[in-house]
Amino acid sequence: MADTHSVIGTKNKKGQTFTDTWEMMNNAPRTPSFYTGSEVIKEALRRASCDVMIAYPITPQSEAAALIGELFAEGYIGDYFRGESEFAVMSQCAGAAFGGARVFTTTAGPGTMRAMENFPMWAGARLPIQMIVTCRGINSPLSIQPDTLEIAYLLNTGMLVWHAETAQDFFDWILKGYMVSEEPDVHLPLALCCDGFFVTHTKDVVNLTPADMCLPPYDPYRSPVPCMDMECPPVRMMRDPFVMKSNYISYATHASWQQEVWAAVERSRKHTIKWINGLIETENTDTEVLIVSSGTAVSQGREAIRLLEDEGIRCGLVKIKSLRPWPGEEIREATKNAKHIIVPEFNVTGWLAKEIKATIPNSERVNAGPHVCGGMTMPPEIIVSEIKNLLGMRTMSLAGRGS
Amino acid sequence: MTQYRVLPGPEHFLPPSAASMGICLPNPGEAHINGVIVPEEKAYEEAAKQFLMAKVPTLFPGPLVLWAWNEKAAKKATAIRHLYNTLKECVQPGQTPMLIPMPDYRPKYPKINPEVEINPNHPNLTIWHNKIDCCMFIGVHCHQANLSLKIIRGGTSCYTIAMCAQAGHEDAMLSFRDASVEKIMKLAEWVRKLKGTVQPRLTSAKSGASN
Repeated sequence: MADTHSVIGTKNKKGQTFTDTWEMMNNAPRTPSFYTGSEVIKEALRRASCDVMIAYPITPQSEAAALIGELFAEGYIGDYFRGESEFAVMSQCAGAAFGGARVFTTTAGPGTMRAMENFPMWAGARLPIQMIVTCRGINSPLSIQPDTLEIAYLLNTGMLVWHAETAQDFFDWILKGYMVSEEPDVHLPLALCCDGFFVTHTKDVVNLTPADMCLPPYDPYRSPVPCMDMECPPVRMMRDPFVMKSNYISYATHASWQQEVWAAVERSRKHTIKWINGLIETENTDTEVLIVSSGTAVSQGREAIRLLEDEGIRCGLVKIKSLRPWPGEEIREATKNAKHIIVPEFNVTGWLAKEIKATIPNSERVNAGPHVCGGMTMPPEIIVSEIKNLLGMRTMSLAGRGS
Repeated sequence: MTQYRVLPGPEHFLPPSAASMGICLPNPGEAHINGVIVPEEKAYEEAAKQFLMAKVPTLFPGPLVLWAWNEKAAKKATAIRHLYNTLKECVQPGQTPMLIPMPDYRPKYPKINPEVEINPNHPNLTIWHNKIDCCMFIGVHCHQANLSLKIIRGGTSCYTIAMCAQAGHEDAMLSFRDASVEKIMKLAEWVRKLKGTVQPRLTSAKSGASN
């Protein structure tokens, strides 16, 4: 039987030392490095003691998937192969995780949508797979550009869903994500999302942990379900007509099973708070105007706040890091003083604004927007303009040339 | 702070998971009783009391301790047998301790034999059939234990205890965490310590579990 703690201080075949994760992430020296987001994914995986990575090309995650292939060639990943499609990849990830492996994959846009059936299955089977989602447009006409609409579809799968703002978030959260996902009372898959291209294809300074330290290996014996066995649910239930039986017991079992998945999401709350230092980050929440957002829209919000400060207008910020578990209590507390809550988003539907409206009292305070989508950038000036309009101040129109 | 308490049922047609009602799991060194975090020591006493009050106190060992798949499992099994024997020695006439295994998690169709096993997909059948009014899960994988605990709370009045080897169970009325041979033995000691000091519910228990 594996014992994670017994390997701490020993070396893997690449000479990396299995290190206590808290020590590695919080106390080990960091080296500033200038990397793209894709390269950061590779560097995180180098330190993740990952058993299996399964890849399929789809922009903008293809580069990361290819770079992890190099890691496999170097001997840092246990196994690596290309699936036949995104659906196949996610099914193969399930197979590997059922067998007790630490599993990693990356996807984006239509690939996420194509594989969607697998995500509630992963959660229902309590498989702590980590999936990077480099968000892009999903609808016709085809777009490969940044757009966060696909996150909305992940929110009710039973997966944990985090939204990284920067490449630094990405590096840290890939490693910390496994610590939350693999807790026996959680043991759920994690969709670690970022805004494609903005994070994956731009370079930034990222502080990396030492390359000769790595996470302790996954211990499947702490799983809340047995490793794969054809006689055990959920596999037995899939091949047995159990789920199709028309009786109260089968319905009640399935209902209880679903509740247990969402109970596990709730339980992840305390672990998530511990590892990523809270579900949200806040600045100046005593102000009447507050920008609340996630992903790179937060970065644009920061810039808008700087522009507003130049004009003597104070504005606060809430960065939502975790979407599942949802930081309802934290958002209620952070927004209690705000008269205007601005929610900038890189998608057409404004799913984050809807979530926030459903969370706080007096939801008419929420201004759903500004929105951009389909790959458009979000200049901070349009956030400034939106805020000034709400405050009844005159602004120049940014909508079109010559207007 | 939630006002919800994890109490014997029957609670609801479909009771909520305790986690969704704001009940949190204990940290190491702690336990919970009815969803309230307590020092572990207090939970030993309460668990022993509940066993000694029950008409049919029952242990439900699961696959993690039923099979000698490692040395620790075999030792735990021995400790569980010791706890069961202690219960038998410490109860009064009219009380009937039972030891009923949960050997696996397969749905049992067309019909489970509730006298010889319990199943996480329909644990209420075993509770009802044997009129069990207090039970303890041990060695059951956490996901399966939680399924069972919710269904039992939904449809029966059985008092549920979890001796969990991991982080504990909010869906039980009382839960230990980080279960070990020592903790099982300590619970047996508490049962022996309280022998004769607890009034059994013999007259008030109509049928053990209700419904």
